[in-house]
Amino acid sequence: MHSAISLSVAAPFPAAGARSDAFPLAGGLRPAGIRFCGLRREALGLRRLRSPATGRIPPAPARGLPRTVAAAAAAAAAGAGNGSPASGFDYDLVIIGAGVGGHGAAVHAVENGLKTAIIEGDVVGGTCVNRGCVPSKALLAVSGRMRELHDEHHLKSLGLKVSSPGYDRQGVADHANNLVSNIRSNLTNSMKALGVDILTGVGTVVGTQKVRYGKVGLPDKEITARDIIIATGSVPFVPNGIEIDGKTVFTSDHALKLEWVPDWIAIVGSGYIGLEFSDVYTALGSEVTFVEALDQLMPGFDPEIGKLAQRILINPRKIDYHTGVFAKKITPAKDGKPVLIELIDAKTKEPKDTLEVDAALIATGRAPFTKGLGLENINVVTQRGFVPVDERMRVMDANGNLVPHLYCIGDANGKLMLAHAASAQGISVVEQLCGRDNVLNHLSVPAACFTHPEISMVGLTEPQAREKAEKEGFEISVAKTSFKANTKALAENEGEGFAKLIYRPDTGEILGVHILGLHAADLIHEASNAIALGTRLQELKVAVHAHPTLSEVLDELFKSTKLDT
Amino acid sequence: MATLSQLQLRSSFLPSFPSLRRSSEPSAAAGVMGRGRGRGRVEAKIREIFMPALSSTMTEGKIVSWTRAEGDKLSKGDSVVVVESDKADMDVETFYDGYLAAIIVDEGSVAPVGSAIALLAESEDEIPLAKSKAAASSSSSSSSDPSTAETLAPTPPPATEALASPPPPSPAAPSPVSASSSTHPAAEGGRRVVATPFAKKLAKDLKVELGSVAGTGPMGRIVAKDVEAAAAAAPTTAAAAPSPAAPTKPAPSALPAVELGSVVPFTTMQGAVSRNMVESLAVPTFRVGYTITTDALDALYKTIKSKGVTMTALLAKATAMALAQHPHRVVNSSCRDGKSFTYNSSINIAVAVAMDGGLITPVLQDADKVDIYSLSRKWKELVDKARAKQLQPHEYNTGTFTLSNLGMFGVDRFDAILPPGTGAIMAVGASQPTVVATKDGRIGMKNQMQVNVTADHRVIYGADLAAFLQTLAKIIEDPKDLTL
Repeated sequence: MHSAISLSVAAPFPAAGARSDAFPLAGGLRPAGIRFCGLRREALGLRRLRSPATGRIPPAPARGLPRTVAAAAAAAAAGAGNGSPASGFDYDLVIIGAGVGGHGAAVHAVENGLKTAIIEGDVVGGTCVNRGCVPSKALLAVSGRMRELHDEHHLKSLGLKVSSPGYDRQGVADHANNLVSNIRSNLTNSMKALGVDILTGVGTVVGTQKVRYGKVGLPDKEITARDIIIATGSVPFVPNGIEIDGKTVFTSDHALKLEWVPDWIAIVGSGYIGLEFSDVYTALGSEVTFVEALDQLMPGFDPEIGKLAQRILINPRKIDYHTGVFAKKITPAKDGKPVLIELIDAKTKEPKDTLEVDAALIATGRAPFTKGLGLENINVVTQRGFVPVDERMRVMDANGNLVPHLYCIGDANGKLMLAHAASAQGISVVEQLCGRDNVLNHLSVPAACFTHPEISMVGLTEPQAREKAEKEGFEISVAKTSFKANTKALAENEGEGFAKLIYRPDTGEILGVHILGLHAADLIHEASNAIALGTRLQELKVAVHAHPTLSEVLDELFKSTKLDT
Repeated sequence: MATLSQLQLRSSFLPSFPSLRRSSEPSAAAGVMGRGRGRGRVEAKIREIFMPALSSTMTEGKIVSWTRAEGDKLSKGDSVVVVESDKADMDVETFYDGYLAAIIVDEGSVAPVGSAIALLAESEDEIPLAKSKAAASSSSSSSSDPSTAETLAPTPPPATEALASPPPPSPAAPSPVSASSSTHPAAEGGRRVVATPFAKKLAKDLKVELGSVAGTGPMGRIVAKDVEAAAAAAPTTAAAAPSPAAPTKPAPSALPAVELGSVVPFTTMQGAVSRNMVESLAVPTFRVGYTITTDALDALYKTIKSKGVTMTALLAKATAMALAQHPHRVVNSSCRDGKSFTYNSSINIAVAVAMDGGLITPVLQDADKVDIYSLSRKWKELVDKARAKQLQPHEYNTGTFTLSNLGMFGVDRFDAILPPGTGAIMAVGASQPTVVATKDGRIGMKNQMQVNVTADHRVIYGADLAAFLQTLAKIIEDPKDLTL
């Protein structure tokens, strides 16, 4: 459920004329957003290794603070489902937005005895479940199989024979749709079972600890809450000049319904979303043209991974690309004319080319969905739509002061636009509400792109790590291995792949891990957990992995590190 | 080569067992060696960097990236290039100090183990010399890397290849010339070429100039099949015409010089032959051989040679007569769809002829009906036309049975590949004096030749072929009917 499609831009959004900053990010997960990196350093700094002798990086220092009275009361109420609120409020916690972030926070809150309500103006599940990670995984599952069935060379080398595989578009679309309904009802039921009140309508913050919600045409209701979490997520970002008609020029929202498979589709933006869709469309027989504003494809990835990804995921497929260009104007197909895409040079703004294609998918990232939240009522000014928060997700007002009892998690704060990051932030907030101080280490949040093969990563890229090392004056080392050296991968005949580990040889701390290869998305967690828990390579080196498994790719990385101690 | 074997040792590791674990960044200290050229000249100071064998099973390697650029100064032990083998990507280091003078194989291209991928100059002064050497070697050998070739010499237009191959274009295939005049709404009067990503890729691979391709896709855009059609336009005939016994014909001597050790991609025509040959593997063939005494035939040939009769015509006539004598002329049939017999109404004998740069099969139509003198004249006419590249499609692609004769080389027996779309092909060996024991207990000298028929067993069975060969032997051994 937590996956890639909602990843995307966590980066500066376009102020007029500043499109060169925003557009190219195109869903890049590790964009060069300065704010972003700053945060990362901060978060990691909190967990800097201080006592290597213990072998563990000490946990966040604030853990185990005395519980507040409210938390104690909540604890008393725990076990009685969605308990009664602490004195004076309708709820202990009200969450605006029932996406994956809001859901994660709500479930954790009720489990901790907080009386919780969640307000949703649309359907439960948010972008991830309804228009993002979930349906895209269904389509990618199909594309992966199509790819295998069409790869005669691969099948032959396995000794398999398959004759003329094909697909039924409606059947594929139904699979995605059924999966969405299934996951959505699972999500809804899990909240209902715990007794979370699901309130329908658009939520607005009217004042401190006060929320109004309602549907068009119905009288609004106002409720009070001790604490409020904003979790309103994001929508696809569509640059100016691009006309969306939902049929021939569309965003991921429409594409995931798979209403048709164009012969030739231009994908504007080569980040996660664009890359995943290129995998789907080429597997289903489309030809793809990427339009990327930066000088290279997949700008968000570690450069080495990006280079290999281009060799595996772009060059051998029916894909071409234009880099260093903006799609200045995109006109949908009409009156027998194709979709027209006017390209201009990203730097000089000179017209460069015009593309004529059957369809255009706009995958230029995602914009926060924070309009109508009533933030002006509490003197909060969004930054390019994002709600400003501190490292504990506490909302800050126009003067940089904390707004009491108000938090913002997920895409709406733009710290790390991933479904599971939103959920982790929500849980972190609830922990704080229960009196356990908590700061989420964003550097331990993994990310994945579900192409075939998959790409995954956690922590810093090599250039980021080198920059940090130089600034802070320590050495870094890089360990690399190939999937060609892994028995299980070779058994699957999927030896294409590569993994790298960036680490500090002096302390054994993992700074980043990047994997491109079979099941990379599942493999990353060993590394992300190690970063989150502060496990050091000295320990990981001697940990045992079952043979033969793909996990040995990481084992190989750990074991091949050369540590000073 | 000591280091090479060391390298092989290092890369033939077993994963997962720490004791055998290789280093994570295998740094292959090999691959860059000087090749003594045995000429004590300045050239000796220019060394070849060649594709190393990174594992015992590696036959070719792909250049992942050049970590150094042309003109860079290198010290012994510097990593120069990353090579992808069948096992892993490895850094390859130089063995010598010097300057990376010229990169012969670009990133992304594949080169066989041992072939030169770059040149290393000992001093800066020798860089230009090395560069010119690299240019010369890649232009003369039609480099295995198309992009290199492109930068050094303009890609020849596809039409050149069409002229180089003997068969004229089939009328069915669109000719590139007429294509360029087509209206292309997307092209704005030819100012722009609109081609899909795959069409562009194919055009690059097949060396097709997109500007000359007619787009038949939506809004007149160029799609993959347009490029394929354009590429096939010239060599279609080679692909469509049966190319019997392709492997049995000697390579013509007029081929351009090829540098040994280089890999030269097929021309589109050779690619078509290759496809045809591979396609033939889908046909379940079998072979039946027969030894035929040719004393009588040789005697007949001597008497009528002066009238312009050729041995080829005699063999074709004998074959056609033998085919005609069998019920349904089954050995003259073929299987087109895997489900039915195609009983051909005419007996058309195709005879494989090696031409410069290829192979063509002129057809003697109705060979069973036409008299031997007319048949011989017809054969001469066909051969002349083939040499002048004026054969019409019906003159080379209507064969129902194919003859391939290597007897003139002294070959005594061989077998031929069945051309797709036909039922049988006969490989004819040389007629040679042979000591023969006869049934009456005597031993004598006779001229004998061996023939070997390859047939499609879906339509032609063993007994059919055997009966046909027996008839053929009777006709050749008592050839008086051939001149009727």
